[in-house]
Amino acid sequence: MFFRCGIASLAYLTLPFIAGAAEPSTIPAEQLAKAIRTDEVTIPSSGELFAALEKPGKPNWAGQYRAPMPMTYRNRAQIALNLGGLIADGFIAVQAQDSQQVKNIGADIVKLAKALGVSEHVLGRGNSINEFAEHSEWSSLQEELEATQNEVKTSMQSHRDQDLVILVSLGGWIRGTQVVSGSIAQNFDEHTAAVLRQPALVNFIRTKINDISPELQKDPLVKEVGDQLGNIEKLVAFTPGKPPTADEVRKVNEAVGKMMEEIQNKGDVK
Amino acid sequence: MRVFAVLAMAMALASAPIRGTTAENDQEVEAHKVALDLAAAFSNEGFKIRDGHWAGSLKPQDRALIAVNLYAGNQYWFSVGATEKAKKIGVGVFDESGRKVATEDYDDGEKVAAGFSPATSGQYFVAVDLREGEESTCCLVYSYK
Repeated sequence: MFFRCGIASLAYLTLPFIAGAAEPSTIPAEQLAKAIRTDEVTIPSSGELFAALEKPGKPNWAGQYRAPMPMTYRNRAQIALNLGGLIADGFIAVQAQDSQQVKNIGADIVKLAKALGVSEHVLGRGNSINEFAEHSEWSSLQEELEATQNEVKTSMQSHRDQDLVILVSLGGWIRGTQVVSGSIAQNFDEHTAAVLRQPALVNFIRTKINDISPELQKDPLVKEVGDQLGNIEKLVAFTPGKPPTADEVRKVNEAVGKMMEEIQNKGDVK
Repeated sequence: MRVFAVLAMAMALASAPIRGTTAENDQEVEAHKVALDLAAAFSNEGFKIRDGHWAGSLKPQDRALIAVNLYAGNQYWFSVGATEKAKKIGVGVFDESGRKVATEDYDDGEKVAAGFSPATSGQYFVAVDLREGEESTCCLVYSYK
């Protein structure tokens, strides 16, 4: 998978155009389909999402907290998916500027990360993050967290880790969408609700799932979650220019909530 | 406080790329620097530079299309820098159906930028093209607020 993706990234599409001519007013669908898609620029950062969500006013992020989950998972796929969910909880705790909640979630993350055998060599940048957190410099902390992401990307080289990273990302997206849709549903505002319209993003995540190893794709939980993503993609494909209704937001929240329930509570699947 | 470090590490894991990231070559580093220098100018207006970029080599008259997913309500600037061999580059933004969107433009030859506020959340495409000059490495970064 590594080489397949690597080659694809090197052979990115370039399209000829007529020098000196004005830029076209439209680009054909077949060219759009071949556009470059990479994690680094195609998946929006958490900062972008929070910037959009908090424009009308800061949501009650603490109202979206959930009870602690069991730390006894044995299935690596389930651990990875739940680790992603916990990470999303961590972002929310940072956004809520809740130091104690960050500590609580951090402790759980340590347990699940260790269960996956995650190396601690990527912790080097943690010192500055500690300082920002201790001094409640939340804006700087968020920026530092996003900057840390790219440093870790260069360290994620092994195929085995890549598969787990995809599942962690997926778990994070599901939990993040549950929190965001839940927050919007509680205090509905059609302008804020518009952030949920991301069918292409869900489609991109589905292609990532297709890139993981065939063995992991056969995992019952991974298969079930992957299958449900197709339904989610349809639910978030709102008509352009027409904000979703409160009922549509509720349906998205229920669908991702069901997925999160499976991820958190499904019995030992392997 | 170690939990903060672990949390940061884990957050980073959550958005690490599918493929292994190869080190940037010298041309990509140079183009990246030019793009970041340009994007930094928008920071004065409250824009945050998104940590992540695309870089690649373009031949004359070639165009690269990069898919991005944007949120309605935010404002964005897409900044492109290129290596010295590029004399004139271009950047444009297209919506999910391929229609060009109106942008506020900055053009300084080998570094250009396009800014806009999407009315609809969803997928957009940033077109980067080399209009004049020899084959060059270009880099796209974007900022938001």
